[in-house]
Amino acid sequence: MLKKISNIGDCGITCDFGDEVNKKTNREVIKLFNFVQESVKMQKIKGILNYTPSYNKLIINFDLGEINSEKIIDFIKYSDYSKVILPEKKKIVEIPICYEDEFALDIKRLEEKTKLSFKEIINEHLNTDFFVYMIGFVPGQPFLGDLNKNLYHDRLDTPRVKIKQGSVGIVEKFCTIYTFESPGGWNIIGRTPLNLFNINKKDTSMLSPGDTVKFTSITKKELLSFKND
Amino acid sequence: MINYFKVLRPGINSTFQDLGRFGLQHLGIAASGCMDKSLFVITNKLVENKISEGALEFAYQGPLLELVGETILATVSGKVNYNIINKKGEIKQGISNESFIVSNGDKIDILSTINSVYGYFSISGGFKLKETQGSVSTLVRAKIGPNNGDKLKIDEKIFFNKPNIDLKTKKFEFDFDNENTIRVMQGLQFDYFSKKSQEDFFSKEYQVTRLTDRMGMRLEGQKLENKTNKNISSEGITKGSIQIPGDGQPIILLSDHPTIGGYPKIANVITADYDKLVQKTPGSKLKFKLVDLGVAESAFTDYIKKINFF
Repeated sequence: MLKKISNIGDCGITCDFGDEVNKKTNREVIKLFNFVQESVKMQKIKGILNYTPSYNKLIINFDLGEINSEKIIDFIKYSDYSKVILPEKKKIVEIPICYEDEFALDIKRLEEKTKLSFKEIINEHLNTDFFVYMIGFVPGQPFLGDLNKNLYHDRLDTPRVKIKQGSVGIVEKFCTIYTFESPGGWNIIGRTPLNLFNINKKDTSMLSPGDTVKFTSITKKELLSFKND
Repeated sequence: MINYFKVLRPGINSTFQDLGRFGLQHLGIAASGCMDKSLFVITNKLVENKISEGALEFAYQGPLLELVGETILATVSGKVNYNIINKKGEIKQGISNESFIVSNGDKIDILSTINSVYGYFSISGGFKLKETQGSVSTLVRAKIGPNNGDKLKIDEKIFFNKPNIDLKTKKFEFDFDNENTIRVMQGLQFDYFSKKSQEDFFSKEYQVTRLTDRMGMRLEGQKLENKTNKNISSEGITKGSIQIPGDGQPIILLSDHPTIGGYPKIANVITADYDKLVQKTPGSKLKFKLVDLGVAESAFTDYIKKINFF
C-alpha cells in the first residue's frame, strides 16, 4: 500500500510503499507506475516527464513550468490506481544463457559458499521464474528476483573494473544482466548473447518492470552463432 | 548545395544536446539534454531557432570548425574566448552572446570557456541531426543520440539545414551569476545524517573537484557522517540530487545521471539554481542554503521570467 508521498526537490515526488523489498510491494509500485504511464499516454495529466519505479518506490519527475507537486500529489491521491489489474505474469521472456566455465566467472566462490555443485546451482537458476522488479542504472539493465534462498550470496568485496556485456550475475535474492560493459560487483554465473536493449527499436528495452523471465541453457557454440534481430 | 562544418579539432567534450529525452527513465535512460538550460535557450534565440532546436554543447575547450557551403548566421554563447578566422587567415576575436555571419571557408575556433564550464554553438536553421526516441540529445555512456551517440571527433562533418536567408545579427547582454550559494531542499534521507553533519552541510564550504562531468559533480569538504545506513534499497534518481556515499563526500547527480541508485540523499538542488551550479569549475567553493518548496517554486518563476526576457 502507498504509505507516503514526499517531494524530491521542486520537480519530483516519491511515492513510498514501505521498506519491504518483495514482489507483493513491487507489484503495488508497478500498478501505480502503469497507471501514471497510461494517464500520460491518454493525456489525462500534463507535464510529467519521467516515472521511475524501483523495488518499493515510484519516483515521478515533472516540468515545473507545466505543473507543480501539489497538483501531482492530488492526482495520485484521488486516483483509483489500486483498481489497475496486473496480470499474474505480464509477459514471459525467455533468455538464453551459456553457463560454460569461461563465462561463469564466480562459480567456484558460489560452490564454496552455497555447498551446492555447479550443476545444482544451474538447475536452481533455470527453474526460477524471475520477476522484473525494475530496469535501470544503465539502459535496459533488469533487476530480477527472487532466487531460492540457498543461492544467496554477497557482492564481491572488490568490484570488477569491467564486466562484459551480456554477463548474468547474482547477489542475495537478485539476478541482473549487464546490458553494457561496465564495472560491477555481482557474482557472474553465465552470459547471454541476447541484446536486451536497442535504442533504435520501438520497444527499446525487451523487458519492462513486472515482466517474467525464464532462462534457457545454451552451449558456447550456440552463444557464438546467436543472431539478434 | 551540401552545407557542412568540417571538424578540425573536436574539443574536450563536445556533444549535440537539446532539452532532453523524456519518458524513458523507467527503462534506464536518463533525460540528459543541455546542462545549462537558460544559456541553451538564449543560444537558440540569438539565431531565431525554436528554443528546443539541437545545439552543439562544449565544455572548457570547444571545437575548431570550418564552414563549407552557404553563408549562415551563427552564435557562440556563454562566456567564451573564441576567434573567427577568414579565408585569408585574418583573425577576428569573437564576442559571446552575439550572432554573426559565417561564410564559406571561415573557421570558428572556440578556444576556451572563461571561469565557467559549458558553452553552446548554434546556427540559424539548426544542424541536420537524427532524432532518437524524440530527441537529439547525446548520452555518450549508452551511445544514444546523434553522431552514433558519441562526442564530436576530428575530421567529422556536421551537416546543416538550408540556412535562413534573412540574416539579422542579434546581441544579448548576458552574464553568469557568480554567487556561490546553491539553494537546496531536504533530501529523502536527510534524517540519516548526524545533527552535526546536517549543520556542517549548510555551514561549511564544499569544493568542486576535477571528478566532475555531465553525469555528476564530486565535492570535497567536511566529511558527512551517516548514522543510519550507508546504503538504501535502490531508488529512482532525480537530477540535482546530492548523494552521500560511504566516504562521506557529496556527489551531485547531473543531467546524465544513472537512473537508479542506492546511496542516501541529503538534499536536492532547486531547479532555479541548477544552471548556476553546472557552470562551477573545479576549485570553486560552494555553500548550500536550505529552502522550502514555496521558495523553490517562486525562484523557478523568476528563473523562467529571466529566460523569457531575452
